[in-house]
Formats: sequence, structure tokens, C-alpha cells
Amino acid sequence: MKLLVIAEQRQGKWNNTSFETLVAAQQIAAATSGTVSAAVVGKSVAALAEELATKDVAEVLLVEHDLLESYTPDGYCTGLKQVIEAATPDLVLFPHTYQVRDFAPALAAMLGKGMVGDCVGFRNEGGKLVFVRQMFQGKTVADVTFMGAAPWFASFQSGAFRADLLTAHRSGKAPVNAAKVELKAADIRTKPLEMFKEAKSAVDLTQAPVIVAIGRGIKARENIVQAEALAKAMGGEIAATRPICDEGWLPLERQIGSSGQTVAPKLYLALGISGAIQHVVGMKGSRTIVAVNKDQHAPIFEIADYGIVADIFEVMPALTAELQKTKG
Amino acid sequence: MNTIVCIKQVPAKDAPLAIAGNWINESDIEFEMNEPDSYALEEALRLKEKHGGKVVALSLGPERVKQTIHEALAKGADRGIYIADDHFAQLDPLGAAKVLAAVIAKEKYDLVLTGLQSDDCGFGQTGVLLAGLLNLPHATIIMQIDVQDGEMKLKRELEAGWFQWIVCPLPAVLSIQSGINKVRYATMKGIIAAKKKQILTVAKESLGVTVEPTQKIEKIYVPTKTKKTEFLTGTPKEMAAKLVQKLRVERRVI
Repeated sequence: MKLLVIAEQRQGKWNNTSFETLVAAQQIAAATSGTVSAAVVGKSVAALAEELATKDVAEVLLVEHDLLESYTPDGYCTGLKQVIEAATPDLVLFPHTYQVRDFAPALAAMLGKGMVGDCVGFRNEGGKLVFVRQMFQGKTVADVTFMGAAPWFASFQSGAFRADLLTAHRSGKAPVNAAKVELKAADIRTKPLEMFKEAKSAVDLTQAPVIVAIGRGIKARENIVQAEALAKAMGGEIAATRPICDEGWLPLERQIGSSGQTVAPKLYLALGISGAIQHVVGMKGSRTIVAVNKDQHAPIFEIADYGIVADIFEVMPALTAELQKTKG
Repeated sequence: MNTIVCIKQVPAKDAPLAIAGNWINESDIEFEMNEPDSYALEEALRLKEKHGGKVVALSLGPERVKQTIHEALAKGADRGIYIADDHFAQLDPLGAAKVLAAVIAKEKYDLVLTGLQSDDCGFGQTGVLLAGLLNLPHATIIMQIDVQDGEMKLKRELEAGWFQWIVCPLPAVLSIQSGINKVRYATMKGIIAAKKKQILTVAKESLGVTVEPTQKIEKIYVPTKTKKTEFLTGTPKEMAAKLVQKLRVERRVI
């Protein structure tokens, strides 16, 4: 099987999920006696292509064009369609990033193909590749297979594979070949303007040793004081899942997950958090995870070191009292 | 500004999921409007309030999804289109987009909105695929829409706290990021007004769309645990004491 990984860079900097996807590709290639190529897209990105060439890949495709300097879905779809038609891979893999979400399904559809997005793993079942992805907010997983002829398209979720397992090229370096693409300014209908960050955060959750995070189980804004009291007693910071910040109950800077902060504190206490994947990718690297949820089947328990199946409104005050009682 | 909002109906957040083959057993569970789509609907209603025009709520699925279209009408959508398909759950993202695109192509519109992704399948592909099928520009994960002089200035969310402004011509397809706005509740007046609003029913078969599946969900199942979780038991007070002891002595994290 011929695999092609579309690595992602922005302004000359890698999106590191690219390397995890490269690991996934190497593992699929090993399971199917296949080969892995990788492509990097942009303008003046030859140095990045050289870096990819030091990994265990058969070839690196350097996809450069003035009109690919800034990402646009039209530019990437039009350009990568030509690359895929010329390279004829069986399986095209992407890191499941916000950028990939923005264009990859359309690219696949341009070639009359579907895409299995946001996968967390794969299996080779007697020569047939089975992709594993989550459904129902992580409460279930699904085995998905491709139908119809190659090329097939899939993306892998951040954290699904370990980038440190990436193997280096056996004899030093793979060839870097320029992939010719033709693009016209008229092909690109949207115009990207400046990138920016919102006002600087007052709190840096990535530096907090202890995080007490709340989810939908907190039910109402006025209940947050109970979680804040517990966070204070633990010497930690308060944080939340996306829906809580969407409600405006806590500022966005306290949001943990794929669209917020990624944290790895010593202790992560998840209160009334079901464990939807968008949240879990932002905290699963925490050293110790404690989950309190009244639903014993909540997916958060799959990654918890300690679990308490109970009403958070009974546990929060009990924990706060216990911490205050036994303090120093 | 005429907007079509694609809305999916999904199992309610707290619905117990009984797995049945490659889907779930749908009997005896409640369904609700896919939460990310409620933000898209709200954005369409706000654009209408600002720029005039009509809002059409479009949904695809078995008979029950009409309830969700009614809810959109009660919140302020002007009319609904219901595409009847009892086997909707077996459509892949491209198949569902082809069916929706066939209906959208017959409408007059400036903008098509979708939510970011569905809370059941979570593919997050519908908006991007619709744009491709309708040959329209698109953008996803949108946090702000400013319409001016026949085009839109859009605030797109990137990762790790970054954003980007982009300019996009109309007509277009946008996927709305959850949290872009504060979603309204239907008022009593709205609920009464909705009773007079029209829902056009279209049979999927009448569209003449050939849907060849590109992927198949073979089965769904409860994930196997990768970590050994130690469950603490007792009264809340006892569990709290045990946990504090473990975090202090065994783990030394507090």
C-alpha cells in the first residue's frame, strides 16, 4: 500500500500532530508492507522538506507555489488534487487539525472519494484496513472501513499516536522531489488576512500544578463557587470544558481542550465532565487524573486514575472540608 | 440576506445509548437539535435581524426530525424543508451532503450555515462538502460574521488561541463554531407563530441523487479501558477522605 502523509506547517513552523500522523503511516505501512511518502505545502518550505526527509519515508514531495504561502481551502484543494493525481497513493493521511477539517473533506470529494476523519487508531484485519474513531462524544467507538477504489482519505486525532516513535531514515535521507502544481489567483475565492491572539491571558493554565475542571455537571453559574472553593483548598486553578465557556460562565482562557489550552498538570480533577474527546485531548497527559461523575459509564473514567461515581454537589463540599481539616 | 441553516437531530445528551450493530437502538430515547447547529441557527437569525431576508431550516432524517424543524421555526426561522429518509443513519458524510446539496441547489440563498459537527457521528464534514458540491467558497470554525458590500469579513478560530480574519464572497457556506453567540429560547409568541409556518416535505428518492457509499461503519462498541481506574466508595465524606489520603501519600500531588 502506498501512503501519502500531508504534513502541516504554518509560517514555517510544524504542527506537531503531523509527526504523530507520520508514525501512524509508518505503522500502517509496516502492517501492509507498504511505503510512506510525505508532502509539505507552502512557499519557501524546502528546509521543512529536508527535515521530513530525515525520517523513514520513501520520498518527500515539496509542494511550493506563491499562492500557497498562506493557507486557503481553494489553494490547498486545487494544489493537492494535482499532487495526489500525480503520486497515485492508495491512502492519504492528514493530522486532524482545524486546517485539515477546513479543506480535506472537500479535497477527497473533488476526487469522488470520502474521508474518515478524526481517527484514533487502525487495525489490519486480514489485509483489510479498519479505522477506529469515536462517536457519540466518546461514549462509543466505531470500526470504519472504506468502500470503493483508492485513494482513501483519513485523518488522525492529536495524541492518537506517539511522535517519539517516529523512526529515522535508514540510510540518512530520503529524496526530496518538487511536485509541480498549477494555480491561478482566480482559483482562490477567500482572502486570508492577519492572524492574531485575543487579549493576553491573565492566567497560564499550562503552568498550574493542580487544575480543578468543571463540565456540564455543574449545571448553573452560581454553582461554580463550590468548585472554586475546592480549587482554592487544593491550591489549584479552576478550568472548564468548552460548553461552560460558551455559556460565558468562565472566561475562554480557562477552557481546556482542542480549541482551548492543552495542559499536563500533576493533578487534574474533573468534576461533572463526561469526557468528550474535544476535552480529553487537552488534558489526557496529566500525571494524575481524578474524575467525579454520577454516570459510571462516562468516558472520562477511561482515563482516570481515581474515580468517584457520585453527585459532584455532595463530593465538592466534602473534599473541600477534608482538605481544610487536614491542612498542614 | 437569505440563509439556509442545516440542522441535524441527534440523541439527547443524557440519552442512554443501547448499541445495535452499527448504530444505536433509537426506540425509547429522546432526540434534540444538535447543539452546534443551534449556534448556526442563532447566527442566521441574527443576520436576518441585522440585514433582513429569510431563514430556512433544513433537516434530513426520519419523521421525528420535523420536531427539530418546528423548534427552529419557533425560534424565528421563516420556513422549513424536511427531507424524508428513514435510513439516514446509514448515509456517509458525502452521501448526506449530496442529498442536502440537491435541495439547496433549488433554493435562492446568499448563505448556507452548518454547525461545527454533530454530537452523534462527529464527522464535521457537512459544510465543507456542501461547498464543494455547490461550487461555493467556504470557511469553517467561524466566530464572527460581518457582512459588508456583498462580501463577508469572518473571524476564523485556529488552534491554541489563535484567530484569523478572512474575506469571503457571497454566496458561501460557513461552518459555525460553537459559542459564537448566545442561543435564544423560543418564546410563547414564537411557538404560536410557528404553527402557521410551512414545512416543505421532500422525499429523498424524488431528488434523483445517486449515493454511493465511500465508507461504512462496521460496528460500534463501548471502548475498552486503557487505564486501570481505582474507584473509591463509601459516603461522600469517606470518599473525600480516601481521595485526599491517596493524593497526598501515594501520589504526592497535593
